[in-house]
Amino acid sequence: MAQKKFVVGCFDDEATLFPAVKQVRTAGYKIKDVYTPFPVHGLDHALGMRETSLHTAGFIYGITGTTTAISCISWIFTKDWPLNIGGKPHFALPAWIPIIFELTVLFAAVGMVLTFCYLCQLAPGVKKHHFHKRATDDLFVMVIECTDKTNADDLQALLKSNGAVETETQVAEDGWWFGTYDKEDDLYNQKQLA
Amino acid sequence: MASIKEQFEIPGTLKTWAYALIGIGGAALLYGMFTKGFSTDEHEQVHFWGTLMYNTIFWTLVCNAAMFFICFSTMAQAAWMQSFRRIAEAISTLVPVFGTITFAVLMFVVLGDKHHIYHWLDHEAVMKDPILKGKTGFLNPTFFIVWTTLTITLWSYFGYRMRKISNEADQGPMDAATAHAFNIKSMVGAGFFLVWFGLTVASTIPWLWLMSIDAHWYSTMYSWYTFASSFVAGMSLVALWLIYMKNKGYMELSNSEHLHDMGKFMFAFSIFWTYLWFSQYMLIWYANIPEETVYFKHRVQGAYKPIFFLNLIVNFLAPLLILMKRSAKRNFTLMALMAVVILFGHWIDFYQMVMGSLMKEHVSLGWLDFGVLTFFVGVMILMTARALASKPLIAKYHPFLKESIIHHT
Repeated sequence: MAQKKFVVGCFDDEATLFPAVKQVRTAGYKIKDVYTPFPVHGLDHALGMRETSLHTAGFIYGITGTTTAISCISWIFTKDWPLNIGGKPHFALPAWIPIIFELTVLFAAVGMVLTFCYLCQLAPGVKKHHFHKRATDDLFVMVIECTDKTNADDLQALLKSNGAVETETQVAEDGWWFGTYDKEDDLYNQKQLA
Repeated sequence: MASIKEQFEIPGTLKTWAYALIGIGGAALLYGMFTKGFSTDEHEQVHFWGTLMYNTIFWTLVCNAAMFFICFSTMAQAAWMQSFRRIAEAISTLVPVFGTITFAVLMFVVLGDKHHIYHWLDHEAVMKDPILKGKTGFLNPTFFIVWTTLTITLWSYFGYRMRKISNEADQGPMDAATAHAFNIKSMVGAGFFLVWFGLTVASTIPWLWLMSIDAHWYSTMYSWYTFASSFVAGMSLVALWLIYMKNKGYMELSNSEHLHDMGKFMFAFSIFWTYLWFSQYMLIWYANIPEETVYFKHRVQGAYKPIFFLNLIVNFLAPLLILMKRSAKRNFTLMALMAVVILFGHWIDFYQMVMGSLMKEHVSLGWLDFGVLTFFVGVMILMTARALASKPLIAKYHPFLKESIIHHT
């Protein structure tokens, strides 16, 4: 829960966004994120983002599911409560494969969804600052976090010269919070009036 | 596009290798034919003709899978594979060649009354057998010959038509109307092939050619299983040629993005194959009816046990674990290795499907099998290289080519 200073540049076209991302990065600024109305191919690469480890996590969850299923069923059917089912051996692996498979998928799927929500800080009731209301509509919103050395005016000028249709400096909540967007709406309305 | 190499020149080493493989394999084949194929010992005869059968059928189906790949991509209006479609087309030119060999072998078996291979050829035994008698409407020499002839002819013909339509993309730039007409024409051509493919590979042909070896036994999974096996091997073959051509400096428009998608096919259809393998096995294991379990008895508990489990390891565990990572599917070396592993694995799969039924008591995998395989690999290399050299490597004016060049996974 910390207030931080950000420079926000809005672009109305992918074609101007990509060179701008490149220019801003070559100028030495670290881009916090770009909020786009739709998934943009290659943007993650242009931003120099690390590839996600979500699939590695998924593999581990899957393996956990497999192990859980095998150990659980084999313990139940061979040690805890052995039953004679159609004269099959107690350790009847082929009959268990579907369940082992299902549990693998279930663990991997649920685990990955929860991990994804955790990584993106998504949960019911959780709110996060919107840098620009039109970020989900038709604007590509680039956000750069200011450090002690950042000159916000220079950066705004750089963004403008690279085709940003709108730039501004914001002091905003960095993390997430529970509650409502009242404060955010007030800020937005004030800006519109001004 | 000036710098794109459009004309493939067959490297000398490739030719040497192909001729060497054909020479060695051909020698083994001929030696096998005279010592075993025409021997008076029925056991030896079954060994030779069985070996020839699974090799010819395997390679015909694998090469036909390349045309299937082109056709379903065309039908789905997929663009990503256009940059290397000529490789798949070149592989599919082998269908008439291997198809003819398959036809010759099958005709020799059927007309030569080799009832040790196809038990249903033995008319007297069939008439005394209520189960086989009930199947005579399907399992009889006339239907077998007619359907086999029709199948191989139409595979070759529809494939030829698709390749001919594809040639139009070399003629010159297309305007929107021409491109639209070309697209429709390709899709209609693909439709003919796909319908015929569904009627043959996905149903009747594996029943006739392979499943009828166990004349009493049947499995509703069998055709899909055979299809999955040949399709994943076919995708591996296309990937292998793509990697070879890239190594030789051709196919500049295809890159790791395209290879990645081939890797997805190899990965996904290895798992699809396992799914069918398991579905077939588990139901039979669970029901435990003698007339059904007879197929698995000597495979799981008898002489074929090592081959049976090798089959699962090579065709399921290896692709699953090795091809799972994104970086593995984009790695040319690893993909080449896995393509060879999968091709070999499904060859072994066909081996146990045919020889596991013909020679139940012992595994005869030896010089004859590898010799015949060598011969077919040699023919495949030579003919594919020639087909590749016979026309431009890139369908330059194909309406979807640009989409393929900028393909991004």
